[in-house]
Amino acid sequence: MNLSGWGAIRLVANREITTRLQSKAFRISTAVMILLLIALTVVIKLIGSNGSDATVGYTAPNAALAAPLQVSAKALGQNVNTRQVTEAQAQQAVRDGSLDAVLVGDGTHVQVVVKKDLDSDLRNALTVLANRLALDQQIATLGGNPAQVNAAVASAHVEVQPLEQPKQYNSQQLVLGIIAGVLIYLSLMINGQSVAQGVVEEKTSRVVELLLATIRPWQLMAGKVLGIGAVGLLQILAIAIVGVIAALTTGVLTISVSAAAGTVIWLIVWYLAGFLMYSIVFAGLGALVSRQEDVGGAVTPALMFVIAGYVVGVSVLPSNPGSGLVEILSIIPVFAPTLMPMRLAMGGVPVWEAIVSLGLVIALIPVLIWLTGRIYRNAVLRTGAKVKLREALSAS
Amino acid sequence: MSDRRLEIEGLSKRYGETVALREMTFDVRAGELFGFVGSNGAGKTTTMRIVLGVLSADAGTVRWDGEPVTLETRRLIGYMPEERGLYPKMKVGEQLTYLAQLHGMGAAAARRATEEWTERLGVAPRRDDEVQKLSLGNQQRVQLAAALVHDPRILVLDEPFSGLDPVAVDVMSEVLREKASHGVPVVFSSHQLDLVQRLCDRVGIVRSGHMEACGTVDELRTGGADRLVVDAPQAPSGWTESVPGVKLLGRHGTRTELELLDGTDDQAVLKAALATGPVHEFARRRPSLTELFRSVVTEGARR
Repeated sequence: MNLSGWGAIRLVANREITTRLQSKAFRISTAVMILLLIALTVVIKLIGSNGSDATVGYTAPNAALAAPLQVSAKALGQNVNTRQVTEAQAQQAVRDGSLDAVLVGDGTHVQVVVKKDLDSDLRNALTVLANRLALDQQIATLGGNPAQVNAAVASAHVEVQPLEQPKQYNSQQLVLGIIAGVLIYLSLMINGQSVAQGVVEEKTSRVVELLLATIRPWQLMAGKVLGIGAVGLLQILAIAIVGVIAALTTGVLTISVSAAAGTVIWLIVWYLAGFLMYSIVFAGLGALVSRQEDVGGAVTPALMFVIAGYVVGVSVLPSNPGSGLVEILSIIPVFAPTLMPMRLAMGGVPVWEAIVSLGLVIALIPVLIWLTGRIYRNAVLRTGAKVKLREALSAS
Repeated sequence: MSDRRLEIEGLSKRYGETVALREMTFDVRAGELFGFVGSNGAGKTTTMRIVLGVLSADAGTVRWDGEPVTLETRRLIGYMPEERGLYPKMKVGEQLTYLAQLHGMGAAAARRATEEWTERLGVAPRRDDEVQKLSLGNQQRVQLAAALVHDPRILVLDEPFSGLDPVAVDVMSEVLREKASHGVPVVFSSHQLDLVQRLCDRVGIVRSGHMEACGTVDELRTGGADRLVVDAPQAPSGWTESVPGVKLLGRHGTRTELELLDGTDDQAVLKAALATGPVHEFARRRPSLTELFRSVVTEGARR
């Protein structure tokens, strides 16, 4: 009849794990997330193989403009398909949307027919085309050879001598970073909240009184956090590995396997650190209330930091991966769990930043354990009205 | 000293200005059923929570077998909290096994004990059901099983009889007696005083966080003033007024109930009664626990 401290924690964690693995909601949500990720890679694959942004038709006199249009569109980062149509077909094709625009006229200047208005990217490409056409015509009038001039123009370029080698952000890594961010965010939201809900469930059903007669409050809290954390880890691991494998096999992801594995490992390290940090806080905040309906309100203050980090990450990083603001925020412990994994997946994070931000989170965890252990001990048996944070901290 | 006695000594507890317990002292001997009675808010639950270590006392100690109670000793206690508590969404069997393990039992022994107690308490067919799907009465039985499943050496039960049907009350009483006969000190609180009187070896009456009276039911009953019941059909109302040292408690039909003050001769009362006509009944009556309880509580309120 002996139960060590670890034995007690293991028992509690075990119960959390079996309860959650048996729960339908958990199995379904995991399956849905995995399916969504696979669906996403398939969709990306389909879009990527098509790869044209606009289709432009041209009538016979404009045939010479088709190739230069594609070139100038390419220079602007656009894929334009072209196809020859007769005058008669042109209007109909534009009307039914199978063509975005049709080049008409005699080919001496750029003239297009569109349904309503011209897409701005396509307008830019056509403007470049018009400029070039005008230039060619002027060169020809002046007696020059437009082809020669074009070749000379094409070979002229700026010679850049960078003092520092800038980080090139690969678009795949950007997507990977965003997916890492979404996964961490969802995991923290779902699993962190279920820690708070679990605490309140024990409080509402009063079973906590029976439990605390046999084990210490911190053992109960630690067991709960570790149990739910382990299940969450299993979930995120399954999603991440299935996602990476799906992306590599469909060819959507062309980065090396080792880089992909690195992303998954960082994701897991940050999930663990972030989950530990936040779930401990959630457990303490959950202990303050007695009804499931109040859990949301109690954990909101902590949740705001998770959401803020995530929102900043997904809104700033795609357009500006090297953002100084994100760089600073990602080192601050409360934002690090959501921002750092995104940056790490995108690459180009100095080693010292990765170490400092992880170190700060790990250093903060014991402080939080001490603080919320105190709140938990004082508040978990007090049912009824919400316990004030100050009271929970000050009571012996 | 190895008498496996549960001793509660000088427990005090305040919540801010409110005094919950003041110098609460009593003991429960091994093999004894101890009834803990008192009005709502008298401090019964607080005392039990302190014994279980769920609350901490401001002063005082709880000892078992001569040693202060530690977390290890507390695992030997079977506890039934006043606010019933089980995981609503956990299956009965898994829940009991889990609780037995938390009390330090091995997994196999915990499963065996779960089977044994669910059968004994008549909830074996519900072992694979979630607790929330059980009727309130069956939930109570599971709650009792939770207190017994780890083969406790001490039993502390807060209102174990509330909400039970008569059959369940009998099962519960039998189990408690059996546990006591194995040398387990059993303390339980209850508002069903007739039950306490019938079941308990000793009773403690609490008022305002203090033990006001403690002893066997007989001791407590003889401690109070003597009462007489006189059935004299022809006696006029107010016939006792002429008898010295007598207090009229009430008259129900032809029966008059009296309290004898110290040193009053009951034969003088009989003579006075016979003077009014025939006397069909003349009996000394000892107060029931309910009456004792009332007098302790109201006495205190008057003070």
